Amino acid sequence: MRNTASLLIVLVFLTLWEISARLIDKAFILPSPVQILVRLWELKDVLFLVHLPVTLLSIVIGLTFSIILGTAIAVWMSQNASVQRAIYPILIASQMVPVIALAPIFVLWLGYTIWSKVAVAVLITFFPITVNAFDGLSSGKRETEELFLTMGATKKDVFLKYSVPIALPHFFSGLKVAVTLSVIGAAIGEWLGAQAGLGYFSRRMMTQFDGAAVFAPIFVLTFVGILLFVCVAYIEKRMLNWRTKS
Amino acid sequence: MLEFNKVSFGYDENSKILDELSFSVRAGEFISIIGVSGSGKSTIFRLVTGLDKPLAGDITLEGNKNGARLGQVGYMPQQDLLLPWRTILENAFLPLEINGVDKQTAYKQIKPLLKEFGLEGTDDKYPSELSGGMKQRVAFLRAVLSGNPLLLLDEPFSALDAITKLSMQEWLLDQWQKRKSTILFITHDVDEALFLSDRIFLLKNKPVTAIEEISIPLRRERTRKDLHRPDMLELKERLLSTLRSEVTL
Repeated sequence: MRNTASLLIVLVFLTLWEISARLIDKAFILPSPVQILVRLWELKDVLFLVHLPVTLLSIVIGLTFSIILGTAIAVWMSQNASVQRAIYPILIASQMVPVIALAPIFVLWLGYTIWSKVAVAVLITFFPITVNAFDGLSSGKRETEELFLTMGATKKDVFLKYSVPIALPHFFSGLKVAVTLSVIGAAIGEWLGAQAGLGYFSRRMMTQFDGAAVFAPIFVLTFVGILLFVCVAYIEKRMLNWRTKS
Repeated sequence: MLEFNKVSFGYDENSKILDELSFSVRAGEFISIIGVSGSGKSTIFRLVTGLDKPLAGDITLEGNKNGARLGQVGYMPQQDLLLPWRTILENAFLPLEINGVDKQTAYKQIKPLLKEFGLEGTDDKYPSELSGGMKQRVAFLRAVLSGNPLLLLDEPFSALDAITKLSMQEWLLDQWQKRKSTILFITHDVDEALFLSDRIFLLKNKPVTAIEEISIPLRRERTRKDLHRPDMLELKERLLSTLRSEVTL
């Protein structure tokens, strides 16, 4: 198997964790992986049926917004040089704003609703999508664009048949970063103020000194992130199957 | 077929690349344009395809004086510029697709051509799976499929190894005779120009004010051995010494 080495490292890490947790023997501070899994099983109904759907919904809505908004801005910038000159620096600068510090403000504005989490998720996933889509759209070679023109192509032909396909690999790279960030975004949003969700649950358990129950939702979040990443990687491989041939 | 009448061009008025250049190409001719780097070969191509417009003078393509030329001339660039995400069939389809031909009709037209171009069985392959010579053949096929009688080939074989280059030249002559198209061929390889052309346009000086036209004293049915005839060798020597005097190191 391709991932044998990574799997081994994770196993070694979990084993060391298990051993040290047992030695320290303070489950409310450092629960062992086995304790966490047991707690995960005990809490499975509430975790998977109550809190997971809430978090997933913020992730999906946030990602959808980011993809639509990010791609639209990327296309706009690629088609219009003055728009690009005006927006691109702002985009970069916007990343210097500490989003996590901004998150409480969203809670203030949007309350404990799902929208404050969506806002945080959009704010951190929108950048990698926009920048990668834009870089992809502008990665075309001038020679090829001119070849299209000598065939009588319109600007629209060049965009749809050349710029878009050449941008796809870049777009997917951005999306892979974005899906992992979206999980973090949603969790942070819930942490700061929510009535449900895995981030909210984890934090609530902290106040109850239930270490294993703090970690259990984090395990689930990690798994969700990995799953989303694998999904995007799979779609990417299907859509860009020409890249594996040579 | 194609006529330049006192055409001037430059990216600014003060440094012209072409100055009142005139020449004409008859239908069915194979013409090589030869000159050292930076002599204006590519500029002529950009003007013929319509990518650039002359500052002054007239360009007449098939009786159409100064008309829109984008889409009217088949162009084969130096690099094959095949789209890596399209199969060979889809790459060949591109000019037809842009002209609004539907896929089924187009594929029916392309498939027999693939065979004729020695590309049988590559329909569903991607460009990265083909050799350099094969990719150039696809690029040539794509230019042919633009449906235009005038084809511009911009140093199409310069990236190929010497042996592949020789067989591609012979292959190109074959194709040209079969399709009766008119070819303008940029090269800096004197042997290549002598072997392929009816006439050679030699570009010298800058800006280019006139071209030296050289008719090749060979019949159309020619072999590589003909290049060793005394008059051909003399011609080659003359071309080389002219080009050499143009090179500034």
